[in-house]
Amino acid sequence: MPNAQALVETRALIKKFGPVTAVDGVSFRVDRGEVIGFLGPNGAGKSTTMKIIAGFLEPTSGDAFVAGHDSRRDPIAARRHLGYLPEGAPAYPDMTVADFLGFVAGMRGLTPRETSRRLAELVESIDLADVWNRRIEALSKGYKRRVGIAQALVHDPDVLILDEPTDGLDPNQKHEMRALIRALAPSKAIIVSTHILEEVEAICTRAIVIARGRKLADTTPAELLACAPPRDPSVPQLVKTTPLEDAFRHITLEQAGV
Amino acid sequence: MIFRREFAAYFATPLAAVFLAVFVAVSAGMTFFVSSFFERAQADLSTFFTWQPWLFLVLMPAIGMRLWAEERRLGTIELLMTLPVSPWKFVFGKWLAAFAFAGLALVLTMPLWITVNVLGSPDNGVIFASYIGAWLMAGAFLAIASCISALTKNQVLAFIGAVIVGFLFVMAGFDLVLAAVRPWAPDVIVQAIDSMSFIGHFQRITDGVFEASALVFFISLIGFALWLNVQILDARKAA
Repeated sequence: MPNAQALVETRALIKKFGPVTAVDGVSFRVDRGEVIGFLGPNGAGKSTTMKIIAGFLEPTSGDAFVAGHDSRRDPIAARRHLGYLPEGAPAYPDMTVADFLGFVAGMRGLTPRETSRRLAELVESIDLADVWNRRIEALSKGYKRRVGIAQALVHDPDVLILDEPTDGLDPNQKHEMRALIRALAPSKAIIVSTHILEEVEAICTRAIVIARGRKLADTTPAELLACAPPRDPSVPQLVKTTPLEDAFRHITLEQAGV
Repeated sequence: MIFRREFAAYFATPLAAVFLAVFVAVSAGMTFFVSSFFERAQADLSTFFTWQPWLFLVLMPAIGMRLWAEERRLGTIELLMTLPVSPWKFVFGKWLAAFAFAGLALVLTMPLWITVNVLGSPDNGVIFASYIGAWLMAGAFLAIASCISALTKNQVLAFIGAVIVGFLFVMAGFDLVLAAVRPWAPDVIVQAIDSMSFIGHFQRITDGVFEASALVFFISLIGFALWLNVQILDARKAA
């Protein structure tokens, strides 16, 4: 049995698409109060791992648990505890924000009363009042992303999986999104994928680095920084990098044996 | 919930109105001009119903093609499939919305029914049964279209695939198909294919032989196609 404490646990997840191994033996666990930053180059297997935890894909082998429920054997129970923002924040373009969130709440089994209470809270905390009755196709990227977050939070889940929540947002919106994730953190287990390294420092309690489907590091952002190779001051830096970038490049390029 | 969203989605664009107008116009056009409704001087709607399988063959895939292909293209299928809801409910709800839409299209042709009653005294029982039969046949076309739509994110492919499969079902009772099978297949199979014919079943209803077997045929075909639809969605997870 998975430990009751761990809200998310994966054990030796493997996912193959034909001959390609997208996820190769990834195991980790996430407890309440943690914000995990999923780091890795494009195509590293971040999204695939998140899709498996969310129950959208089945692993070739290995297990994923959400709040103690096996995502394969007991998918409905696992999904009740889960809020998921897929990559690109998909939503129905022909619906208004209000209709769409009402639809998701209804599908999640909220009563009309609970729905209107929750939606009123979300309008506040995610700042959707301005676009509430607008069609989703008419929204800016930032608002679309916020609708995606709202959709994932409608049922106040224990586990939140956000695939690139700040992608395509302007710096102010990024800041707001990070503040929101941080505010949600204490009561939930959150997994956030990103390739913006500063984001990991800003909001994450732990960073998991994935490249070529393998977990290469699982540590605090501070310790990740310590992985950065020492700089040789005599070599001029053509492209300015931060120490975190150095650490990321060191782990994903050198440890992967490129 | 699903039904409501999907049914509303049809009316989110002018497409619904265009579709309904085309359906009614073509149905009436076929009845009056191609089949010479007036010259026959018979108060029945057989000239109307004869064309329905052919009309449905093209129009039902047009309604059904978006059901799953659209979800895949938008990425919203990830939302649906991670909700704590059994895929059966999605498959059935979506099909039901398309089925209701097809029902609406048929209801809009009812002025024809009124017309024949003004002009003469038709067998209204047969006409009613024919409408029910046509609706169920539309449902079967839609279930097939929905099933094929789950295979792709390209609506055009979904449309073409659904037309081809639908065509085989429509033609199953004709020699074109049977002749291709007869030389090598045992009689049982030839008869089995013959019994899959949409036109065969539909004609028996419109001829006034209200056969339960024809209704059972369409209903079981709908059930099977929707079951297959769920299996396709499940298989896609493991792919």
